[in-house]
Amino acid sequence: MKKAILYINQFFGQIGGEDKADFAPVIREGKVGPAMEFAKNLQADITYTIICGDNFMGSNTDEAVKTILDGLEGKDFDLFLAGPAFQAGRYGVACGTICKAVKEKFNVPVLTSMNVENPGVEMFKSNMLIMEGANIASHMRKDVAAMVKVANKILSGEQVGPATEEGYFPTGRRKEVWLEDKTTAADRMINMLVAKLNGEPFVTELPIPKPDRVPIAPAIKDLKHAKIALVTTGGIVPVDNPDKIQSASATRWGRYDISHTMRLESGVYKTIHAGFDPAAANDDPNVITPVDALQELLKEGYYGSLHPYFYSTVGTGTTQAEAARMANEIVPYLKEDNVDGIIMVST
Amino acid sequence: MVKEFEKAGFPIVQMCNLIPVAKTVGSNRIVPTISIPYPLGDPGTPKEEQWKLRMNRTKIALDALATDIKEQTIFKVS
Repeated sequence: MKKAILYINQFFGQIGGEDKADFAPVIREGKVGPAMEFAKNLQADITYTIICGDNFMGSNTDEAVKTILDGLEGKDFDLFLAGPAFQAGRYGVACGTICKAVKEKFNVPVLTSMNVENPGVEMFKSNMLIMEGANIASHMRKDVAAMVKVANKILSGEQVGPATEEGYFPTGRRKEVWLEDKTTAADRMINMLVAKLNGEPFVTELPIPKPDRVPIAPAIKDLKHAKIALVTTGGIVPVDNPDKIQSASATRWGRYDISHTMRLESGVYKTIHAGFDPAAANDDPNVITPVDALQELLKEGYYGSLHPYFYSTVGTGTTQAEAARMANEIVPYLKEDNVDGIIMVST
Repeated sequence: MVKEFEKAGFPIVQMCNLIPVAKTVGSNRIVPTISIPYPLGDPGTPKEEQWKLRMNRTKIALDALATDIKEQTIFKVS
C-alpha cells in the first residue's frame, strides 16, 4: 500500500484553539483528526500526521518548515496532503507554504484544499493543486472527499483532468490532451458556432480574461522637446544575444545602446523571436525596431531626443505576469532618464 | 507590458499588426503595422518604399503620443 502524510493545524490536530496557535510542529505517528476522514477512501495509508500551530507557521516560517522537512527526512511517502483549510487565512497560507516546501525538497505530489477567498489560493495556486473548498469546517466531509478523489488519481498514476472538471483552481498551465470522444477542434468549433447562432449555451475552450483597463496617460504636450524610448517584443538583439533572451516564453529582456547607431545593421542585430519567420527582420532589423526612422526624425527635429537604449524581449508564449514584471523592471531606467513617451513595436 | 508602462505614467503607443489583441489587452494608443514578421517594411517592396512606410508610421506613432485621447484609439494610417 502506498503511503501519505497529512499536515493539519493545532485546531484540527486537537491541540487547542487560538490560544494554542503558537504550537510548534510535531510529527505524530498515525492518523489524527481529519486523517480519519481521509482514511475512509484514500488508496494510501496515512502513516503520519503533522500538527503545527497557525501562528507558529506564520511567525516562525523558516523554523517551522525546517523542523517539518527535517522530520520527514528518511520517511517514505507517495503523497503529501494538507488541510482542508476552508477560509482560514493563516491555515491556508500554512498549507501552501508547507506543500510547496515538501514538493520542492522531496519531489512528491502535494494536494491541499481552500476556499476561493483564502489568500493562500492566489499565493500558491500556480505551485500546486488546490481543490476549491468550502468556507467553513462543517463541510469537512465534502472537501475531504473531493481531495481524496484527486489524490487517488495521483496515487494510481491516472491522468488528473482539467481544473474545472476536477475542481481545483486553475494552475495557469495548458496541457494538450486527446479527447476521449476524438472530436476534433474543427468539429468542436463548428458545434460552438451552431450553438451560438441558435442562441444555445456553449462553453468556450479559451476564456479570454476580463480586460483590465489602465487610465490613459496624458499626451505629450510638446513633441519637439520630448524624449522618446523604443521598446519591442519582437526579439531584436545584438547577434550574440548577450542577455540570452529566450526565443519563446521569455523571462529575460535586454537594453542596447543606440545613441550612436543610425540604423540597426543586418549581421549586427537579428531577431531571436521563435513565433514568426525571422528572414525579413534579420535582413533589416529596422522593420521591427525603426531606429533608422527615429534617428532621421530626430535629425529633422520632429521630436526632442531619443532615449539612448532600446529595450527588447520576446512576446510569444510569454505570460502576462512575466511581461508585467519585465515592464516594471524597465520602468526605472525610463524614469531615471525622464522619458516622456514610449513606442512599443509588437510582432 | 504596454499597460504596465502606462500605469507608470508614460504615454505609450503600440505599433502592431494584431489590433484585436492590442484592443483586448487594453492598449490605449494603437498604430497598425503591416505584418507580424515585418511590421514596418515589406521585403517584397523596394527599399525606398519600405523606408517611406517606416518613416510614415513612425511619425504617426510620435503624433499619437502627442494626441489627447478620451478612449482607446486606433490611429489612422494612409
